Amino acid sequence: MELLYGHPKSLVSIQSKYCPGCGHGVIHRLITEVIDEMGLQERSIITNPVGCSIWAEYYFDFDSVQPAHGRTPAAATGIKRNLKDHLVICYQGDGDLAAIGTAEIIHAANRGEKFTTIFVNNAIYGMTGGQMAPTTLVGQYATTSPRGRDPGEAGMGYPIKVCELLSSLGGTRYLARGAVNNPVNIKKTKKMIRTAFEAQMRGEGFTMVEILSQCPTNWKLSPPESIDWLEKNMIPFYPLGEIKNTLSTAAAPAGAGN
Amino acid sequence: MTEKTFIAGFGGQGVISLGQMWVYCAMKEGLIVSFFPFYGAEKRGGIARASVIVSEEEIASPIVAKADTVVIMSQDSVEIAEEKCAQGGTILLNSSLVKTDPNRPDAKILHIPCNEIAEKIGDGRIANMVMMGALSQTTGAVKLDHADEILKTFFPPSKHGLIPMNIKAIEAGKQACLSCE
Amino acid sequence: MSKEIRLMKGNEAIGEAAIRAGCASYFGYPITPQNELTAYMAANMLPAGRIFIQAESEVSAINMVYGAAATGVRAMTSSSSPGISLKQEGISYLCGADLPAVVVNVARAGPGLGGITPAQGDYFQSTRGGGHGDYHTIVLAPKGVQEAADLTFEAFELSDKYKIPVLVLADGLIGQMMESVVLPDPVDMAALPRKPWAVGHQARDKRGVNHVSSMNLDPATLEKANLKREAHYDMVKKELCRYEEMQVEDADLVIVAYGTSARVSMSAVQAGRAKGLKIGLFRPITLWPFPYERIAALAEKEGRKFLSVEMSMGQMVEDVRLAVNGRAPVAHYGRTGGMIHNEEEVLAAAERMLNA
Repeated sequence: MELLYGHPKSLVSIQSKYCPGCGHGVIHRLITEVIDEMGLQERSIITNPVGCSIWAEYYFDFDSVQPAHGRTPAAATGIKRNLKDHLVICYQGDGDLAAIGTAEIIHAANRGEKFTTIFVNNAIYGMTGGQMAPTTLVGQYATTSPRGRDPGEAGMGYPIKVCELLSSLGGTRYLARGAVNNPVNIKKTKKMIRTAFEAQMRGEGFTMVEILSQCPTNWKLSPPESIDWLEKNMIPFYPLGEIKNTLSTAAAPAGAGN
Repeated sequence: MTEKTFIAGFGGQGVISLGQMWVYCAMKEGLIVSFFPFYGAEKRGGIARASVIVSEEEIASPIVAKADTVVIMSQDSVEIAEEKCAQGGTILLNSSLVKTDPNRPDAKILHIPCNEIAEKIGDGRIANMVMMGALSQTTGAVKLDHADEILKTFFPPSKHGLIPMNIKAIEAGKQACLSCE
Repeated sequence: MSKEIRLMKGNEAIGEAAIRAGCASYFGYPITPQNELTAYMAANMLPAGRIFIQAESEVSAINMVYGAAATGVRAMTSSSSPGISLKQEGISYLCGADLPAVVVNVARAGPGLGGITPAQGDYFQSTRGGGHGDYHTIVLAPKGVQEAADLTFEAFELSDKYKIPVLVLADGLIGQMMESVVLPDPVDMAALPRKPWAVGHQARDKRGVNHVSSMNLDPATLEKANLKREAHYDMVKKELCRYEEMQVEDADLVIVAYGTSARVSMSAVQAGRAKGLKIGLFRPITLWPFPYERIAALAEKEGRKFLSVEMSMGQMVEDVRLAVNGRAPVAHYGRTGGMIHNEEEVLAAAERMLNA
């Protein structure tokens, strides 16, 4: 009898520390499914960032490196440059990537570092208990924006669209945004991850998949409510799809060749 | 034998390359050497200076506090350089550009018209090599008898064409020093 | 065959020694007075098929080192004082993850942006850990270009051997000065022992999964890890203390100095001896581990005094006091702000102390 669906080989079979309804678990599963499909378990290295996913080494059944907060792309650079034929995954949250590590991600992307960044955007700081993230929406509540994010009077800045920000950099080849709030989006996100990993193994340049993800605990919502909230609030601001694709496999843009 | 030299001049006069070439030749003649350049905080038009030591023994401090020989390439470096000369030491003046003698009655002062000699040979930029010849002559610390061979290993092959002119400048410097001693 | 003698700047000799030691990855950010080192690595690493990146910051450079070191290769970064301050977080992580790496500090004058001329004001930062947490790095202090090359080469060996980052603490004078140098023979990189804890090549090495991390959120296990590391440090202290002595046997006054200050103090000792003064020089080569025991033994001699000569307001003097432990007078002399004392000033300070 053929097994059609099971637990990914690269994903350790233990109960995770993630809260009910959290998107990290789904994202971990997507990453490991793709790794298994590509047969890369013994050639994969993940950098697990400071944030809720700091325990990634418990969950991923392959090598890992845990760098300083925000320095994940720098460490991933040091790893990938020395292990060119390995799959290097730079797993980052919105605080790690878009706040404390802004310099590192911009320059790694600009150098065209050949690892793949999985950018988990849940618009809040999870591990430290619900503080405002660079991607927190205008008006969204956080412990450090108790009356809602206010870019005006309070000078809290605007939510950063990371894919769009990086898209102007010469070193970036594939920037896509997915979400894990429903099966359709999850399937599309998996395809993006596969595209990015394949491009990395071909050595094409910087690839990143931004994934909109739920954080019911810090959004103060139930898991079903958080799925709905992501759909109604995040997706309109952070549009899903390929923001940039200049990979060798990319479909010719409409009108090309005319 | 230990010869401590302090060299000063304005930026662009080849003070640094004079010091480097001096220690390079000394090293090739089997001596122990140290060369420490110092630029004024003002990077352009500032006074370039170098502490240079060649010795038969291990060199302790690479900083020349009191120099056996002071080389002054320009008028504006007189004030900085004159106090570096040890009691009864030697001061080599580039008399083409230095018009007032340092206030050091205890020192032996030798006037070498480096720029004039260099221009006669064909290029004012080798005034520093004229001075290196004079420094060799007066100190005897670095002989420079086989400078042509040594300079071949100092310069990249593309610059070997310049070596004969440099050798001429060194020899002329030695002669100029002899005639004023 | 006699070895080739070359005239090199300290910064370049450090770079060449690192390359010969099998440094596979170099990451740096420009800062005076160590720029020749970064430029040397740029010019020589890439043609040799090795990795060179001019990072966007010192912070990034040290974390690239972290990643590279995690893969088991020999990795290095260099900077000067303010840049080394920026690297401290990364150095703490390297120590927490027990990763070998080489960091070179061509020190300049501080605090803050300070100046670009040589200084020794980074002694506390270098020997007390510099970053957060319970850790040490091995600190090697060369006195000139030859030793800068030798110690840089050895730094890679020591770092791999002990799994502790090694800091080569030079200063702007050693970086900028030219001296003759005989370089060590290059190592065969392919023959370097594999590191079983490194990430990558899991299938080739037929091993389980490796995790490189400094994280330990359970206080009991973190305490255990720190105690284990401390015991390891104790072993390094026993094995590695290194120093040089010059005319200390009969000395009434022992100058304690490292690096450039030691070179100047050598001249002061020579001049003092010529005047009939019984002074000597004790030069620590390893600043961590610091040769406390040897200084303590030297302090046994009746009437002996110690003068710590540093291009700082007095930092190593605290270690000399710890070593002497009240058995002899200890004082500090030094210039700061990028001013370098000369031998006359050092000798005058020694004479003042002798006559006090």
